[in-house]
Amino acid sequence: MNKSAQSSRFSLFALVGLLSVLGLGQSIHRHIVYDIPWVPGTEKSIWSIEASIQFFGRGDPVSVNLRRPSDQAGFAVLDESGASPGYGLSFVDHIGLPTAQWSIREATGQQTLYYRAEVLQRDTEDFDEEPPPRLQSRSWEEPYATAVEAVLDQAFSMSADPFSLTRQLISQFRATDLAQNEQLLIDEVGEQNLTNLLADMLQSRDIPATTVYGLLLEDGRRRQRLKPLLRVWSDERSEVFKFGLSAVEARLPVLLWQPTRGFVLDVTGGTGSDLTFSMIRSEFTSYGQVAAALGEGDDFLGFSIHTLPIEEQAMFKTILLLPIGALVVCLLRIFVGLSTSGTFMPVLIALAFIETSLLTGLVGFLLVVAVGLMIRSYMSHLNLLLVARISAVIITVITIIALFSVFSYRIGLTEGLKITFFPMIILSWTVERMSILWEEEGWREVAIQGSGSLLTAVLAYLAMTNPWVRHLSFNFIGLQFVALALIMLLGSYSGYRLLELRRFKPIVNSVK
Amino acid sequence: MGVVGMNERNTRIIGALNPRSLYPLVDNKLKTKLLAAEKGVATPALIGAVKTQHDLKKLSEFLAPHDGFAIKPAKGSGGKGILVIASQRKDTFIKPNGQELLIDDVRRHISNILSGLFSLGGAPDVAVVEALVRPDSMYENLSVEGVPDIRIIVYRGFPIMAMMRLSTRESDGKANLHQGAVGVGLTISGGRAVNAVQFNRTIREHPDSGADLMSIHIPGWAALLELGARSADATGLGYIGADIVIDRDRGPLLLELNARPGLAIQIANGVGLAFRIRDVDAIRSQFFRESAHQRVMRAMTMFD
Repeated sequence: MNKSAQSSRFSLFALVGLLSVLGLGQSIHRHIVYDIPWVPGTEKSIWSIEASIQFFGRGDPVSVNLRRPSDQAGFAVLDESGASPGYGLSFVDHIGLPTAQWSIREATGQQTLYYRAEVLQRDTEDFDEEPPPRLQSRSWEEPYATAVEAVLDQAFSMSADPFSLTRQLISQFRATDLAQNEQLLIDEVGEQNLTNLLADMLQSRDIPATTVYGLLLEDGRRRQRLKPLLRVWSDERSEVFKFGLSAVEARLPVLLWQPTRGFVLDVTGGTGSDLTFSMIRSEFTSYGQVAAALGEGDDFLGFSIHTLPIEEQAMFKTILLLPIGALVVCLLRIFVGLSTSGTFMPVLIALAFIETSLLTGLVGFLLVVAVGLMIRSYMSHLNLLLVARISAVIITVITIIALFSVFSYRIGLTEGLKITFFPMIILSWTVERMSILWEEEGWREVAIQGSGSLLTAVLAYLAMTNPWVRHLSFNFIGLQFVALALIMLLGSYSGYRLLELRRFKPIVNSVK
Repeated sequence: MGVVGMNERNTRIIGALNPRSLYPLVDNKLKTKLLAAEKGVATPALIGAVKTQHDLKKLSEFLAPHDGFAIKPAKGSGGKGILVIASQRKDTFIKPNGQELLIDDVRRHISNILSGLFSLGGAPDVAVVEALVRPDSMYENLSVEGVPDIRIIVYRGFPIMAMMRLSTRESDGKANLHQGAVGVGLTISGGRAVNAVQFNRTIREHPDSGADLMSIHIPGWAALLELGARSADATGLGYIGADIVIDRDRGPLLLELNARPGLAIQIANGVGLAFRIRDVDAIRSQFFRESAHQRVMRAMTMFD
């Protein structure tokens, strides 16, 4: 080893040391000064929720009313704010309901208004229960009236109170094999209006019920919409029924945005209005910290992503996980010697797995690649030029994904729809590379690289979904420097890879 | 045991001795050939290069005067995209295995080369056409279809390890060890076989012809090593794999150079590269400035 190599090695170690000290120092500072815990807690989470209203102004005076969430079972609203250049904003009670009201004399073109609420998730009962809404009766024409009566009679006979009646009705409508009456009613109102239908049916038996709108709270989600839910009252109590949700969605906490009958968004003077939500969760160790964080004036060392708008924060929650994925890839390639198809393709696949859940993702991935390979092997007979061929593969992959989505939706698997989260260009390159590998080196090499890629993707997925890793990577930006230092250290490792020990075994044997 | 692993090769050897800026010299076969011609290193005769799709129109006149030739992608790697024509008769081109091709087939193959089908990352490429190497009859039983070539690792100007690569039916005429070609380790001191492997298993006979591999002895060994050392000098790279073939009329010819030679040569020789690298590093500095001939002589006394 010559001198220049030694000095470059020294400067590498110096840089690695510096980065580690910097990263750890910033993290410890954040821990001590802002009291951010090292491990994720569940007790005091604050959800920062940002509602984004978009509409198109036609040059007329505009008035926008957005329903605001109020204290409710499981949640307390701590702080509210709004952003909207040029608009007057006030928090008022509009027709008796808490509302954020924006107004402007003239608005032209695309308009975006923001409403932001900090909501504490807690387990108290300290709030005013929403009174039951007034009954609104509704009548049905024949033959629907008879069907409604029959369905209600059946459910009534198998239940004891309004809540069990509702549960029975839901199970009758959600049965895999629908009875004739239920089928008739669903065909009439449409699957998406089932909540309204159930509310109307319950009211016809003098049970106060209505469709309410709630937000499913999942850390780091963007562009979410409110879900219609069924709320039923009995005496002073009420219950919210979630249905039509996937198993994963059903476990999420729900913040009722519109807890009883009323409106969510009302735009006067604009067209094409749209409402989407972004949200993010933060953990705090004490209520004092909560208060401090809300009125936070950030100094330089407290520099954090938490000062960005919620939508960008939610995006960074994912972006900050990428170094973890890269670290896993480095470990597996440098220490183990796994061969993968495309160096960082597994990380992107792992990101897709986060969206789709592991099993759906694995099945979807294997399906797309397998079908893609078959079609691609036919294409190799056509002798197309490279760029055209890959473009053709991209279109093929999109077609496979579209067909798979439609097919799985038809047979009732909403999970299948999530396959659209896959990075399609990356998948196309995977198909192309594997196909060439198959032709040149045979199926065995394809199997080795394919399983290497999947194994890497699964391990990266496990690392990136680990709650502790997520908590640390988002709350302690300094740790990114530590990851960088680790990766640089790995880059200078010159020892054997695990799989090489087997590869070079013949030499060891021959020396003996 | 001194075996060099992939990580050590990449960081300590290639990273330290092979400047990135010199890679194009070896990654592009056309540049390698022109450089070799300039430095007086013998290579198979260059018939010409096809650089644009437009050149393909005149392909038949271009190829007509040459009986046997090889068409290679300039930026290809691992032997991909090489088309060997043993002879031609009227409108048909005959491959070494007897398969017959028409001019359109050859044209399509070249068109694929130009569009980057065989080059790293699909970059546009040129096709190099060179005269066919006629192997000496002594190698007839050793290699199926392909010509056996000799890989020499040259470290800081000194040849430190060598092996002969023999294609087999299993490797489909290709000389890559991981595809099933046979690797025969050769002594630096005299070009004699020390060990032979196929798929990481020690063998003594050629799996197809049954030829005795351990009796292989390359004549004119010093000249061959010198060709390797001179090619390394020409590029300026500190760690290089030179692939050399022996033509029955012209003697040893440089086929191509590799700036990232694989590590399977250690398995073929049954010995690691690390001790030899250490020995070269220990040589007194003035010896590195000696002529290629003197360095080869020194290496032949240093290593088995």
